Amino acid sequence: MRLHEYQAKNVFADAGIPTPEGEVVDTPEGARDAAERIGGTVAVKAQVHVGGRGKAGGIKLADNADEAYEAAEEILGMDLKGKHVDKVLIEEAVDIADELYVGVTTDRGEGRAVAMVSSKGGVNIEEVAEEDPEAIAKTHIDPAYDLRPFEAREVVYGAGIPREHARDVTGVLSTLYDLWDEGDADDAEINPLMITEDGGIVAADAVFNVDDSALYRQEELAEMEDEAFEDDFEARASDAGFDYVRLDGNVGIIGNGAGLVMTTLDLVDHFGGSPANFLDIGGGADAERVRDALELVFEDENVDAVLFNVFGGITRCDEVAQGINDALEAFDELPKPLVVRLTGTNEKEGRELLTDRVETAEGLEEAVERTVELSGGEA
Amino acid sequence: MSVLVDDDTRLVVQGITGSEGKFHAERMQEYGTNVVAGVTPGKGGEEVLGLPVYDTVKEAVREEDANASAVFVPPAFAGDAVMESLDSDLDLCVAITEGIPTHDMIRVNRRLDEVDTRLVGPNCPGVITPGEAKIGIMPGNIFDSGNVGLVSRSGTLTYQLVDSLGRRGVGQSTVIGIGGDPIIGTSFIDSVRAFENDDDTDVIAVVGEIGGSDEERAAEWIEENVSKPVVGFIAGRTAPPGKRMGHAGAIVSGSGTGTAESKMNALRDAGVRVAETPAGVADEIDDLI
Repeated sequence: MRLHEYQAKNVFADAGIPTPEGEVVDTPEGARDAAERIGGTVAVKAQVHVGGRGKAGGIKLADNADEAYEAAEEILGMDLKGKHVDKVLIEEAVDIADELYVGVTTDRGEGRAVAMVSSKGGVNIEEVAEEDPEAIAKTHIDPAYDLRPFEAREVVYGAGIPREHARDVTGVLSTLYDLWDEGDADDAEINPLMITEDGGIVAADAVFNVDDSALYRQEELAEMEDEAFEDDFEARASDAGFDYVRLDGNVGIIGNGAGLVMTTLDLVDHFGGSPANFLDIGGGADAERVRDALELVFEDENVDAVLFNVFGGITRCDEVAQGINDALEAFDELPKPLVVRLTGTNEKEGRELLTDRVETAEGLEEAVERTVELSGGEA
Repeated sequence: MSVLVDDDTRLVVQGITGSEGKFHAERMQEYGTNVVAGVTPGKGGEEVLGLPVYDTVKEAVREEDANASAVFVPPAFAGDAVMESLDSDLDLCVAITEGIPTHDMIRVNRRLDEVDTRLVGPNCPGVITPGEAKIGIMPGNIFDSGNVGLVSRSGTLTYQLVDSLGRRGVGQSTVIGIGGDPIIGTSFIDSVRAFENDDDTDVIAVVGEIGGSDEERAAEWIEENVSKPVVGFIAGRTAPPGKRMGHAGAIVSGSGTGTAESKMNALRDAGVRVAETPAGVADEIDDLI
């Protein structure tokens, strides 16, 4: 789960990290009032979960309250890389002397947290890592000891942070680690951490991503969840507890198990079709879940043909067949061509249950080819 | 010889009184796995499926000589259950549970450095040596005994590949599902190493998916250390960046790392035969045998 910038800044500020004065608003009038209260030049920043907001036009500087009104009017309601903007952060502009990167993130390859500092802040840190790895100092953290103060100092001095700022930056790094640790975070990052003209530091941006699997024990953070779905389908699928991703094509795909559904998508592409979605009903799905999944995909206007591909392990093919029948009961005529492939646990019982309103296929490749054909694709 | 699980396995099922734990303990018994005990804290002294239930894993080791465990404990408690196994001198712990918090797995991962127990998973279908024993939730009837060692991050995709192999009359020495989480115990490299050293395995199949760099690391290792032929497959070629495709670990980052393309290229560069479809994998393997 990702926090918005303003939410992450609140979390960081509560922990003692300096952040710019700012207010979140959802109307241009609100933006004008906020800019007036803050005074001077302000930044108007779209609060959506996408990277590269500045380049995409989601961040504007405003010299006065009227300009802030205009900037907010422009940004609010915008579609930023597919995400609708309904909130902006109005924030005091900072006089920049230098920009740093400070972050703690989970290194999945090492299975540990890694603390990182770079004097090259304000740009994409992954690009810095690729082009100039020497510019990033880092240390992996032993969870038995947490981030020890000397390790934090080593990273800060290793990154060549000027001595007069080293103590402040070390403090920020230690705080970020504590927040990462206590908040079950995947990432806790500040990029850039600004060195101001008067020698202070301030977090100009803030990233705080929390492990979805740990939200049950992070109640305060879980309450901040505000995931803007790209469309209704993602929202509805999420409510129903499906793993669902909307794609550009016209072949609807439903299956069980992430790896198999991904492979089915790839095969659709391989045979010249184009997948409309990824939908994993998960392990052990019952008839009701199957029905819900099929209804959801049938309703998708982009979908011209549907493939239901199940390899039964814990999931039973007869339950799946029952769910498909239940979904079809609502229709006199099949709303879209449907190909069903059932293999594994109780496959025989499952196939017997299915009516001849649906096409069936034995092999995976055969099922995909047929569906692509029905969708009007190549195959 | 086989890998990880065989006739000498003496299994304790953690979470045996839960519905999942009980259901799969019974399936494992039916398959021929020597299940010797169950563990559920607070339920010691009870009996499930004719097996004694203990409060702790150490008791099960002391009383029943257990040497392996399967974890079917709910996610909030599963990290601790794995820790308990690692502290109980077992040879193997297979964690089936999906949704264990990453920070719990970071601690487990740290503990693994200090103990000899091997962890498979979490969020995995388990391990099976066809015809001998299985630990996990794989449907035993689809597997046949043979000489292909298969390691995969995914459950149902594994079944699909085994099915494709079965249609060509090709069986498996051992199949290892290493799991779809970001932090797991046994890696591709660990599995491939075991297959390289296993006399019953003649061909190795590596089935990966997008996210992380485990497949790339494995490719490097294979190039330098593996003499047996290796066939590869990567799921997720059409996955858009930044979207999590079901598995917690299956995500191509915004900067383009962890893509199917980089993994397929790394495997190809290491001399692995990479196929584009499950049927293609089975054909390549059939061709090699």
